[in-house]
Amino acid sequence: MTSATAPATRLSASRLTLGYADRPIVTDLDLQVPNGKVTVIVGANACGKSTLLRGLARLLKPQSGAVLLDGEVIHRQPTKHVARILGLLPQNPIAPEGVTVVDLVGRGRHPHHGAFQRWTSVDDEAVAEALELTDTLGLADRVVDELSGGQRQRVWIAMALAQGTDLLLLDEPTTYLDVAHQVEMLDLLADLNARRGTTIVMVLHDLNLSARYADHLVALRDGAVVAEGTPRQVVTEDVVRTVFGLDNRVIDDPVSHTPLVVPVSRHLRQAQPPTQELP
Amino acid sequence: MTALLTSARTRPVGAPAPVDAADVVRRARRAPRRRHRLVVGGLGAALFVAFAARVLLGDYTVTIPDFFRILTGTDIPGASYIVLESKLPRAVLALLTGVAFGVAGGLFQTTLRNPLASPDIIGVNLGASAVAVVAIALWGWQGLSVSIAAIIGAITVALVVRLVAGPHGGHRLILVGIGAAAAMQSVIQYVFTRVDEYDAQLVLRWLTGSVNGVAWPTIRLLALVLLVLLPLTWWLGRSLQISELGDDTAAGLGVPGARSELLLLLGVVLCAVAVAAAGPIAFVSFLAGPIARALNGGRTTLLGSALAGAVIVVAADYLGSYLIPDTNLPVGVVTGAIGAPFLLWLLARGRTGRRAA
Ligand SMILES: Nc1ncnc2c1ncn2[C@@H]1O[C@H](COP(=O)(O)OP(=O)(O)OP(=O)(O)O)[C@@H](O)[C@H]1O
Ligand SMILES: [Mg+2]
Repeated sequence: MTSATAPATRLSASRLTLGYADRPIVTDLDLQVPNGKVTVIVGANACGKSTLLRGLARLLKPQSGAVLLDGEVIHRQPTKHVARILGLLPQNPIAPEGVTVVDLVGRGRHPHHGAFQRWTSVDDEAVAEALELTDTLGLADRVVDELSGGQRQRVWIAMALAQGTDLLLLDEPTTYLDVAHQVEMLDLLADLNARRGTTIVMVLHDLNLSARYADHLVALRDGAVVAEGTPRQVVTEDVVRTVFGLDNRVIDDPVSHTPLVVPVSRHLRQAQPPTQELP
Repeated sequence: MTALLTSARTRPVGAPAPVDAADVVRRARRAPRRRHRLVVGGLGAALFVAFAARVLLGDYTVTIPDFFRILTGTDIPGASYIVLESKLPRAVLALLTGVAFGVAGGLFQTTLRNPLASPDIIGVNLGASAVAVVAIALWGWQGLSVSIAAIIGAITVALVVRLVAGPHGGHRLILVGIGAAAAMQSVIQYVFTRVDEYDAQLVLRWLTGSVNGVAWPTIRLLALVLLVLLPLTWWLGRSLQISELGDDTAAGLGVPGARSELLLLLGVVLCAVAVAAAGPIAFVSFLAGPIARALNGGRTTLLGSALAGAVIVVAADYLGSYLIPDTNLPVGVVTGAIGAPFLLWLLARGRTGRRAA
């Protein structure tokens, strides 16, 4: 797709209200996911990040408003057609018992198979590439149940990659990963975005990594957008205090020159006068 | 910031994959497939042996040449009658009901992700049986209408259990289902106190299941229904391996949650038509699914469940007929005796749902 004719957004939400039963969680939310960019959603636990992501991925029917994919209401498009454009990694995916890594990753190819057309060498290649990218080729014939949490998480990401979609939604893709693998996974996603132009929307908890990897940062609180824009616009002491209720300082990240949040913790304040006596 | 931080362990996007990576994938995909073929082949062979034993052996032995002569129409006094009117229909009915219960078990246990969530545990079979008994004993129904009554009973119980327990396959579903099964059992018992001749054999059939004394037209009807239902199950079941990833992942891959509902409904109907012909043969679904799964390295296999179910019913019927001299135990008594300890073991193990993530 040439940038001259590409629309600014393929996926957007307009006046979107999402919830479970009668309880609305996300209310009247407007969001335009910038095309070909990395968007990161941050916010406190239970503020509705996963709910929003599920809504964007047509997993949750809006109570009002709509999600648009390529200008059309996503819920009205054939679900398999959507699955070839938009992939999703849920927060807590479930691996069926006994399934091997290649088998699981291979299931990401499902949307590309027609009613009669089955597995081909194209699928082999796609799975191989996804495994290589996530450093899981060596686990190919292992059973997913028996992997470590971090290995399993990389296998799930491999499955999402094997789906080969233009848009990729990931709910906390770095949970269970050690710090090196976290950085590596985010590098991989940034790579994917840079080289293939894959539009990425992800929920992250680490504000500093979010600020480093996001082109577009969305801060949620109680199901509403509190701040939106570049990391520099969004990651300020005020916003962090509003969103997380956390006393903090924001300094310059010496490596990436993006904002770096340093929490001010209660424990530290108490300990500050070094001469203070213990009770 | 992009691409610069790529470490030695990962490869930049877009760089060509070395040829052997795809080979690794191909090789790794082969092993489970080979295992599955072995499982299907092994269960197929076991079914053949059990079926042959059921038809040829027992208190009246038929030689193989005689068997084929009887099948092709030669009348051998005594043998012809026993084979065509007793041994063969029993074996065929056992096979068909075993397949139906086995597939239903596989569908339920996989979709609900819980080995206890099998239709025979949660009251579907007894629901079918109860309504069938009411239809036969109180309303005098016969043939196809009994099957339809059974289907209505099974679907009703399934819906009620589902409504009361909520949409997930956890403990609640099992408890509500066991309650529903008990209620249906008392309905059956109540009906039998109301009919004039209290026939113990008939009570046993509708409470525990039996393949004894069923006429060919009923068997033919079951075969025809299965001829429609099984290909349909196969067709819809192709996405079972996507559905079993959980609602969110499956929906993300373009398989809506409604597909699982449809598969469960098919499982209910499969059970109902089998119950209409042979009664609620206890624990077949419950045993077949896990056995096939265990043989297949823990992985779902509907074909394996179907074959395992058939082996269980055919073999249990054979055992029930000849294990204890002069006693003809209905097949459901034998499967019940095998299933009960397995149920206790599963409950004692205390892990009804599978590990998440
Ligand atoms: N399936 C569900 N049914 C009912 N309520 C739900 C469901 N899923 C989430 N909720 C509720 O919706 C609210 C938002 O949940 P959500 O999962 O979107 O939070 P989140 O921002 O992703 O939190 P976390 O950072 O902990 O993942 C919570 O109060 C939660 O209890
Ligand atoms: Mg979440």
